[in-house]
Amino acid sequence: MAELGTLHAPLKVEFDYTRSLGPTLSEFMSGLRRHQVVGGRLADGTVVVPPPEYDPQTLDPVKDLVPVADEGIVQSWTWVPEPVKGQPLDRPFAWALVLLDGADRPLLHAVAVDSSDAIETGLRVRARWSDEPAGAITDIRWFEPADVASTSSTTASTGSTTEAVDGIISPVHLDYDYAASPEESKFFRGLADGKILGQRCPKCQKVYVPPRGACPVDGVPTTDEVEVADHGTVTTFCIVNVPFLGQKIEPPYVSAYVLLDGADIAFLHLILGVEASEVRMGMRVKAVWKPRDEWGTTIENISHFEPTGEPDADFESYRIHL
Amino acid sequence: MSHTLAAVIGVGQTHHRAKREDVSIAGLLREAVDRALADAQVTFDDIDAVVVGKAPDLFEGVMMPELYLAEALGAAGKPLLRVHTAGSVGGSTSIVAASLVEAGIHERVLTVAFEKQSESNAMWALSVPVPFIMPVHAGAGGYFAPHVRSYIRRSEAPNHIGAIVAAKDRQNALKNPYAHLHNADTTVESVLASQMLWDPIRYDETCPSSDGACALVIASEAAVERSDIKNPAWIHGTQMRSEPTTAAERDQVNPHAGREAAAALWKQAGISSPIDEIDCAEIYVPFSWFEPMWLENLGFAEQGDGWRLTEAGETALDGKIPVNMSGGVLSSNPIGASGMLRFAEASLQVMGEAGEHQVDGARKALGHAYGGGSQFFAMWVVGSDKPR
Repeated sequence: MAELGTLHAPLKVEFDYTRSLGPTLSEFMSGLRRHQVVGGRLADGTVVVPPPEYDPQTLDPVKDLVPVADEGIVQSWTWVPEPVKGQPLDRPFAWALVLLDGADRPLLHAVAVDSSDAIETGLRVRARWSDEPAGAITDIRWFEPADVASTSSTTASTGSTTEAVDGIISPVHLDYDYAASPEESKFFRGLADGKILGQRCPKCQKVYVPPRGACPVDGVPTTDEVEVADHGTVTTFCIVNVPFLGQKIEPPYVSAYVLLDGADIAFLHLILGVEASEVRMGMRVKAVWKPRDEWGTTIENISHFEPTGEPDADFESYRIHL
Repeated sequence: MSHTLAAVIGVGQTHHRAKREDVSIAGLLREAVDRALADAQVTFDDIDAVVVGKAPDLFEGVMMPELYLAEALGAAGKPLLRVHTAGSVGGSTSIVAASLVEAGIHERVLTVAFEKQSESNAMWALSVPVPFIMPVHAGAGGYFAPHVRSYIRRSEAPNHIGAIVAAKDRQNALKNPYAHLHNADTTVESVLASQMLWDPIRYDETCPSSDGACALVIASEAAVERSDIKNPAWIHGTQMRSEPTTAAERDQVNPHAGREAAAALWKQAGISSPIDEIDCAEIYVPFSWFEPMWLENLGFAEQGDGWRLTEAGETALDGKIPVNMSGGVLSSNPIGASGMLRFAEASLQVMGEAGEHQVDGARKALGHAYGGGSQFFAMWVVGSDKPR
């Protein structure tokens, strides 16, 4: 049989972080919202944009915040031929270090020009402001050559917003291609055939389910495949009553360590078919498989475990698994 | 192994709160750092290296925050290290800083640890569903609750022991102006009446979610002698151990790595009977039942007997072995800083600077932290006197 590849699945991790800015960056973001770029004057007299929170020389907080122009000179640049999602422009553009008039250090931002031939060091550029300023660096949509007629007002249309911007939302989206290990892939494929496959450590003889390719105690490959039963013993558990962001199962539910007969390590699964308050350490349980046509290569083929009705396992029989 | 003696000469921390929306992450750290430098009577010019610690980056969504923090921490032109060992990181960060001094590499090291939990949601960050796997995970509480149940069963402890710990720590926190929770009304009865979150762990037996930072200045014996600091906290021993998160028959109630670290620590610090020779202990207890569990793991009690010390009031401020005088993790939990806060409180106690939560005559104290699925352990013993 041809060797199958490892299993893959998309994994998305996303969150909108709420970032508090502190006094220095709050002034910078508040300035952007009224279409004003603010820099910080350091102890040596230089003006830096955005203002650093702490002076790199004196290490004191930067408190002398001064307005600078919204136009300046391109100091250096690089061309982005294929923009990706979330970048300031959806057509080819340049990232550039722009030295704003009144500042001594450049600001990194996008410059909108039609081609890489239209940008050069020394090019004079001007901010293109957003018509809906939010108090974020994206309030400057991009810079463009200063000889282009300005199409947006130079002061914010929302002049009434005087409250300081003290935070920003920082969304993070990570798209992973999650790959199971070769051993896990075998395990998940076994589940698609209704089998639970583990691996035995050749040294300590312990059976790991799911298999992991190496024994964490002996550090040797676990090569012997072992099929284990789909019933076993609840070693310990908790009842989850707390709802939380991203939760997949509605609380309350019993999250239990199930030690399958033939395995030497318990794994977490769900217990149903019994009142949560009736679940006990030592309770004998069996897998309840979903209808076969719903099976995939996942542990979720087992919908949950439910009591077998057998007498509870003796405490001493699973004590070493706690 | 001969090495340079090292001591904590400055301690600083923030007033821990649920949300510090008035400061950035850098600003939060600087509050703790500025206080530690002032306490040590030094400035950034006197610092040779900076060691920073925090818990997983997903907690605030800032990848490698040490890069952005270099300026705020005065690290330009100096070595800057970041340590990560999950929840124990504040402890292991302190130990890395101490090691740089003990090894004779640096004279004075600034170390700081932090978490700004309000920028994210740790429960979410710890429960990201993994493909193919049963999505039953429910944050740190969901992870530890089954092991607490195992402890209760193994030790045959009465059900109210966790509530005794929670009530004691919350009462201790009232004496600590830096503590996040100041809940004067917390009693054993009120804890037992609070909502069951992750059965058997109740709401009041759970740590809060805090914004906060902690910083220490650690100096060599020579640097201490050249300073005006008269009451440094001398470091008598430091130990770290780790173990796999999951292994067949792994003991999650009394982890091997914790037992080994403790045994090595007592030996290193010349302690033969911890309960008799240690005056007070700050132990990482994010869920109340971990007090008796760690009392056993650390060797203050025989296996199965930790809860008896708690029940008898021996871990209270006036007990035989006061535990979590500051209010502990149960009263303030800026995760990355939580371990360092334990190490800091141990230092404050032997410096005689713990204020209202000072244990009379404390001369030797333990600071302890653990992290991950009880897989990382970090601990130190500090003393008023130089180690022999």
